[in-house]
Amino acid sequence: MDVTVKILRYNPEVSEDASWESYQVSAEPTDRVLDALHKVKWDLDGSLTFRRSCAHGVCGSDAMRINGKNRLACKTLIKDVNPSQPISVEPIKGLPVLKDLVVDMEPFFDAYRSVMPFLVTSGNEPTRERLQSQTDRERFDDTTKCILCAACTTSCPVYWTDGQYFGPQAIVGAHRFIFDSRDEGTDQRLEILNDKEGVWRCRTTFNCTEACPRGIEVTKAIQEVKRALIFRR
Amino acid sequence: MSLTSIPKPRSTYKAGRSNNFEMNSWLFMRGSGLLLVVLVIGHLFVNLWQGDGIQQIDFAFVAGKWASPFWQIWDLAMLWLAMLHGMNGLRTIINDYASRGGTKFTLKTLLYFATFVTVVLGTLVIFTFDPCIDPASTLEVCTNR
Ligand code: HEM
Ligand code: SF4
Ligand code: FES
Repeated sequence: MDVTVKILRYNPEVSEDASWESYQVSAEPTDRVLDALHKVKWDLDGSLTFRRSCAHGVCGSDAMRINGKNRLACKTLIKDVNPSQPISVEPIKGLPVLKDLVVDMEPFFDAYRSVMPFLVTSGNEPTRERLQSQTDRERFDDTTKCILCAACTTSCPVYWTDGQYFGPQAIVGAHRFIFDSRDEGTDQRLEILNDKEGVWRCRTTFNCTEACPRGIEVTKAIQEVKRALIFRR
Repeated sequence: MSLTSIPKPRSTYKAGRSNNFEMNSWLFMRGSGLLLVVLVIGHLFVNLWQGDGIQQIDFAFVAGKWASPFWQIWDLAMLWLAMLHGMNGLRTIINDYASRGGTKFTLKTLLYFATFVTVVLGTLVIFTFDPCIDPASTLEVCTNR
């Protein structure tokens, strides 16, 4: 079948303004939007720029706004985005666009780094691995699935209006360790998220949960961190 | 005790003064919201539904209600909670949408000023209300004095 892909193009070396370009490609209903983008780049216009690496929903590099919703191009089938109409593809919102569909992810990674997304422990290293019961492991299983694609953070209206907010992903990243029984950095992380740019800016919009290509219950994770802050000590 | 201190990772995040202000204001929004549901529905029921409904509201009706400390406290609670809740809600919205520090400061100053004036005037009215302010009043409380 023939589909039209409408892409928001931006090249600061040519023009300060972004503009929509439409491309006709032939695709199977079971192809992914990423395949359509490849066809555009390889056969029609080599200047189209976008990130992708694994092409299988693992690396998190190709989050984009497809028909107005944040998704991974490599996990979105053409048949699921109403191909009888032009399919719109834009960069994710709220991060500076560098070119076409490529955004500057640094502010996003900065927020992630500031919640200390690594195991914090004290005392002597154990000789073998740090053991944990299955129940303890289950407690934070959902938030271990994050692939740092930024679909959630760039779907959040609070983040759109004020990028100072840590954003849902940073809270997911913190949740992963806050509820890990082996970790000892909980107090520090909670203190960071108690900041005025932290969890209290969340307005429970659920955009993040809807956007997450890994199906992580992002809003729930944020609420759990709020609860941990309220009931700590 | 087990609180480890390791250097902060490289980041643009700067810790502000550490306090629970945002948490308390988040809790306040929920608490005051719950109380407001009861207060506002009760208020609407008594004023607009019971008796003659909206036709009954006049000076005498208000005078009658405020003769009782119960309704004074009810209205006072409604005034304070709604004003502080609304103020805090708008503070949140200003934080969201005003990006320049100066704009933020100006809007918040106006907001706090307006809230202060309204709360003070409202409180004053509830407690200094005089049903007999009109010397020609025919209200029972005034004619029986
Ligand atoms: C009737 C009972 C009410 C309930 C249950 C209620 C509940 C809430 C809650 C829970 C929030 C926080 C939302 C969030 O953080 O995501 C909120 C926000 C807000 N409320 Fe109320 N509220 C009530 C009445 C009022 C009244 C009477 C006013 C105006 C005076 C008001 C003005 C606001 C404003 C301006 C916000 C901020 C909106 C935002 O965060 O986008 N509310 N309300
Ligand atoms: S929580 Fe989900 S949407 Fe957000 S960055 Fe991780 S994988 Fe992407
Ligand atoms: S290309 Fe790796 S997640 Fe889509």
